[in-house]
Amino acid sequence: MKKRILNVLGALLLCLGPAAAAQGTLILATTTSTQDSGLLDVLVPMFQKQTGIKVKTIAVGSGQAMAMGRKGEADVLLVHSPDAERAFMAEGFGLRRRLVMHNDFVVLGPAADPAGLKGTPSAAAAFRKLSAGAVTFVSRADQSGTHAQEKKLWKSAGFDPAGRPWYLETGQGMGATLNVAAEKKACTLSDRGTYLAMRKTLGLVILVEGDPSLANIYHVIELEPAKCPKTNAAAGKAFADFMVSAPVQEVIRTFGVDTFGSPLFFPDAGKKDE
Amino acid sequence: MELVWEGIRKAFDLLRTLDPEVLGITLFTLKVSLLATLASLVLGIGTGVALALNTFPGRRLAISLINTGMGLPPVVVGLFVTILLWRNGPLGVLELLYTPSAIILAQTVIATPIIAGISLSALQQLPPDLRLQILSLGATRTQMLWLLLKEARLPLLAAVMAGFGGVISEVGASLMVGGNIKGSTRVLTTATVMETGKGNFDVAIALSLILLALTFTVNAVLTHIQQRERPR
Repeated sequence: MKKRILNVLGALLLCLGPAAAAQGTLILATTTSTQDSGLLDVLVPMFQKQTGIKVKTIAVGSGQAMAMGRKGEADVLLVHSPDAERAFMAEGFGLRRRLVMHNDFVVLGPAADPAGLKGTPSAAAAFRKLSAGAVTFVSRADQSGTHAQEKKLWKSAGFDPAGRPWYLETGQGMGATLNVAAEKKACTLSDRGTYLAMRKTLGLVILVEGDPSLANIYHVIELEPAKCPKTNAAAGKAFADFMVSAPVQEVIRTFGVDTFGSPLFFPDAGKKDE
Repeated sequence: MELVWEGIRKAFDLLRTLDPEVLGITLFTLKVSLLATLASLVLGIGTGVALALNTFPGRRLAISLINTGMGLPPVVVGLFVTILLWRNGPLGVLELLYTPSAIILAQTVIATPIIAGISLSALQQLPPDLRLQILSLGATRTQMLWLLLKEARLPLLAAVMAGFGGVISEVGASLMVGGNIKGSTRVLTTATVMETGKGNFDVAIALSLILLALTFTVNAVLTHIQQRERPR
């Protein structure tokens, strides 16, 4: 009886497993912005069709994506947190890091602009104005690329917002954080892609944009097999090659133009890094 | 308020046009939660019977653990199952993380104590002499068990409903061990979280309504079976 129960359970567990346990699967650890903007919904099926490799996309912050890479729980990373990526490469976890695309960060807030950010010459100056606390600021606070950028901007403004009553930390993805900011009529930092994709429901406007310090750069990183032996290095390389290939770069260039009126990302493959 | 109406309209649109993605997520959700409930039934009723009919040292402790497990937070289960299934974790060789099997496994862990706890109290509620009576009529132990379970079928069906309701509605464990992968491990609850995050409230409302309808349908069927013939 006991054995039969165990058999039934084993069968139950396995009946859905084999397809996923096949050789050709790839765990892509990436940022929420690539998923929330819809770009991966276009690229992943393309990749699966071309290579027959099944992709498991795990959309987390860049920080968590790199943590998965360090533990060998992913095969390839698509991330946008350059400083943390350089550290990741220096520690020897990455085999190769290639430039894929960029867009930019924007500072968003209610149209009434209570902090008077409109027309501020630089992002650092805008964050100095925000430090007065006239308006609530919503932070991702999830170690994502956007969060890293936000911390950098606070630093350039010479201010530490931690613990201020007007500084809210959601610990969630870009989309969820934008919803909180919209609901609280607060300011926040977002990548332009996610903002454009969600603009219709938000009621937030762009207050600061165009500063070079607001660049948002995405890299694809293959993992070092010597450090993470269980990594599917061949599939990881296939995905990285795919991301920088000419047809994919063309898809990136035009993605979003028909729905949002302007592209969400700008292809950069092959350009000189930084 | 307009948003809610829009969501309801969208839900009907998605259902009427049989949107293939929504349909796929709905069927997948049903499949995963039913399989998990089935596995929990075997384990849970087995545990309930073992605890109800036997006395052994540590029995009270076991019952306390089961009762605590009835309120097991899904995120805690999700975290531990994730750690267990990591490539470099103890069960990493199975390569189950981010697969439907991982969700079934986590949901089984969540539902088993619920079903075990309710089965246990269902069996304990039967008159204590019943066992002796059945045995004295010459029944084998298996026959006696079958009769006892039959006698307790009303609360046992309630256990099925509680277990199924617990797993189809949980989001934390499915998100962590499944990864909300499009076309593979996306269930109604994780899709709802994602669509809310993306600001697609109409789709999120539509998905929630489908989830509610699904839960209602399954429970209506079970209730029908339960109430079909009242014992005694």
